[in-house]
Amino acid sequence: MSRFQKLPRHILPGFGLSMGYAVFYLSAIVIVPLSTIFLNTLQMDAETFFSAVSAPRVLASYRLSMTTAFFAALFDALAGMLTAWVLVRYRFPGRKLLDSLVDLPFALPTAVAGICFATLYAPGGWLGVFFEKWNLPVINTPSGIVIALVFIGFPFVVRTIQPVLEELEPEVEESAYSLGANRWQTFRKILFPHLLPALLTGTTLAFARSLGEYGSVIFIAGNLPMKTEIAPLMIMSKLDQFDYAGASAVALVLLAMSFGMLLVLNSIQSWQQKEIR
Amino acid sequence: MSIEIRNITKTFAGYTALDSVNLTVASGDLVALLGPSGCGKTTLLRIIAGLEAPDSGSIILENRDTTNLSPKEKNVGFVFQHYALFRRLTVFENVAFGLRVLPARHRPSRSEIRDRVEHLLKLVQMEWALNRYPEQLSGGQRQRVALARALAVKPRVLLLDEPFSALDAKVRQELRRWLRKLHDEIHVTSIFVTHDQEEALELADRIVVINKGKIEQEGSPQQVYDHPANAFVYNFLGNVNVFHGRLTNGVVNLGAQTSNGEHPQKGETTGKAFVRPHEIGISRIRSNESDIAGTILEIRLMGGQIGLSVASEGFEHPIEAEIPRELFRNLQLERGTGVFITFNNIRIFSGDYEI
Repeated sequence: MSRFQKLPRHILPGFGLSMGYAVFYLSAIVIVPLSTIFLNTLQMDAETFFSAVSAPRVLASYRLSMTTAFFAALFDALAGMLTAWVLVRYRFPGRKLLDSLVDLPFALPTAVAGICFATLYAPGGWLGVFFEKWNLPVINTPSGIVIALVFIGFPFVVRTIQPVLEELEPEVEESAYSLGANRWQTFRKILFPHLLPALLTGTTLAFARSLGEYGSVIFIAGNLPMKTEIAPLMIMSKLDQFDYAGASAVALVLLAMSFGMLLVLNSIQSWQQKEIR
Repeated sequence: MSIEIRNITKTFAGYTALDSVNLTVASGDLVALLGPSGCGKTTLLRIIAGLEAPDSGSIILENRDTTNLSPKEKNVGFVFQHYALFRRLTVFENVAFGLRVLPARHRPSRSEIRDRVEHLLKLVQMEWALNRYPEQLSGGQRQRVALARALAVKPRVLLLDEPFSALDAKVRQELRRWLRKLHDEIHVTSIFVTHDQEEALELADRIVVINKGKIEQEGSPQQVYDHPANAFVYNFLGNVNVFHGRLTNGVVNLGAQTSNGEHPQKGETTGKAFVRPHEIGISRIRSNESDIAGTILEIRLMGGQIGLSVASEGFEHPIEAEIPRELFRNLQLERGTGVFITFNNIRIFSGDYEI
C-alpha cells in the first residue's frame, strides 16, 4: 500500500487545466442557465410563488406528467429489456438495422414524431381506425401521451441494458440450467439481479426524459385544460402570456422533480455497489 | 454411474465437430478427453451435459438413454473453464443455488442446505469464504467454489471443461493434485477436457485422445504413452524429433542407426521416424560404431532437464535432446562442443499423418 502512495497523485498530466475546463463548461452549459430559474423565481414573494405552482391547472399538469411518464417508463422497462435481450443473444438477418433503429428516437426531431403519432392515431388514421372501432380514443387522452413518451424513452432502457447483457457470459446461464434451474428461476435469480442496476438506471432516465418531453406530446395530447395539459406545456403557456416569473416557478418544481429522480437513482446505484463489495 | 457414448455426430455450419464417436466410461473413473483446440472434445462434453444436442447418436447414463433430456433433468455437474459463478450471489448462495431451485417437495430444509453447503465448502477448503463474493476470490479459489457448486446437487456425473487452463502454472499443478485426491474420496464418475498432455497423464485413470472429431486412442496413461496407436498420439503426448529416412523392410536408417523394427511394411519406401528428446543419449566419446557425431548449437535451461539443440551432418534440422542437469554438468557441455548421439528408441508409424 505505502509503495503506491509514493507515486504521483495523478498519472495523466494537466489535471489542473482539464479540471478547470470541465468546471467552466459545466457552469456555462448547466449551472448558469439553471440558476436563472432560481433568480427569476426570487423576484416573486412566497405567496405568489405558491399560488403559481399550486393553481389547480398546474397541479393537474404535474399529476398528468408524473403518471404518464411513470407508465411510459414502466412499459419501456419491459419492452427495452426484451429488445436488448433479442439484440444481444440472437443473430438474425437485419439485426444491425434493428440495432440502429433503436436510436431513432434520439435522432428524430420530437415534433416529427409527434406529427407521425397524431396522423397515425387520429380518427381515420391507420391505427386510429381500430381504436375508434374498439371505442378507445387515443388522440386527446393521457393514453396518447403515454404512447408518445414510450417512443421517446425507449432507447434509454435498451442502451443501458445492452452492454451489461453483453458482458454476461452465456456460461452463467448454462451453469444455472445444469444445476437444475428452469428458465424462470434462471431469469429471476440470476439474470434479473444482474440487470437490475442497469434497468433502474435506464428506466429512471426514460422517466426523467419523459417528464420534460414537449415536442412529441403536444401534437397528440390535444392540450385540454385540467385533462391533457402536461407540465412543460404550462411553462410554455405562461411564457406566451409574458408571465416569466410564473413560468420559472413551474420550471423550478419540474427541475426539483428531475433532480430528485437523479438523486434517488444515484443512491440506488451506490447501495447496489455496496452490496457487492 | 457409467457413461456410454454411442455414435455421436455433430456438425456446425459445414464442419464436423464429432464424427460418430463411441466411448464407454466405467463407473467411478476419472477420464481425460485430450486433444488440440477445435478437435471436438468440448463439444462432446457439452453434449453429455445436454448443453448441446447431437445430430445423431445417443448418450446413455447407467442404462438410461438421456440424449434428449434437458440439462436440468440430466443431473450432471458441469464446471466451466471460466468458472461462470453467479456474481451477485455470495459463495454460500452460489453453492446453495442447485438446492434452492429444487421443487418444494424435494428441496431440503434450510438447516439441511446450510449443513450441506458448509460440508462442501470444507471439502474444497473454502469454508472461510462463506460470505464473500466471487470477485473477491482468486482464480483457483473461484474454481473450487464452482466445483463445490456442481457437487451440491449430488450429480451422477461430473464434467469439467478445461477446469485449470485459466489458472497460472503453480496453482494449476496444485489444483490438479487436489482434484485427484478429491476424486479418490468421493468417486463420482468424472470426465475432464484438456489440451495439456501433462495434465491428462498425471490426473486421469483413462485418457481418450481426440483429433478432428474422432477418437485416435483410448487407454490408461501408461498404455497411451508407451504404446501410442499412431503418429498423432505419439506427437501429441510430448516433444518429438521427426526425421525423414529410407524404410527398408520396415526398418529405418538414421545415420548408421536403425529402428527396432516394429513396422510391418515390406520393401523400400521413404518414411518418417520419431524420437523423443529424452530418449536420446549424449556423450563426449564415441562408444559405438553407429553413434552420430554433432555439435551443440544451443543450450536451454528447462528446470530439472537441460534442452540441447545438436547440429549433425546428414540431418536437415538440429536434433533436439533433453538430458538431466546432473549429466549436463558432468559432461561440461558448452555451445560448440562436439558430442556423440545415440537414439535409444526410434518409432515409425504407418499412414501419412503429417506433422
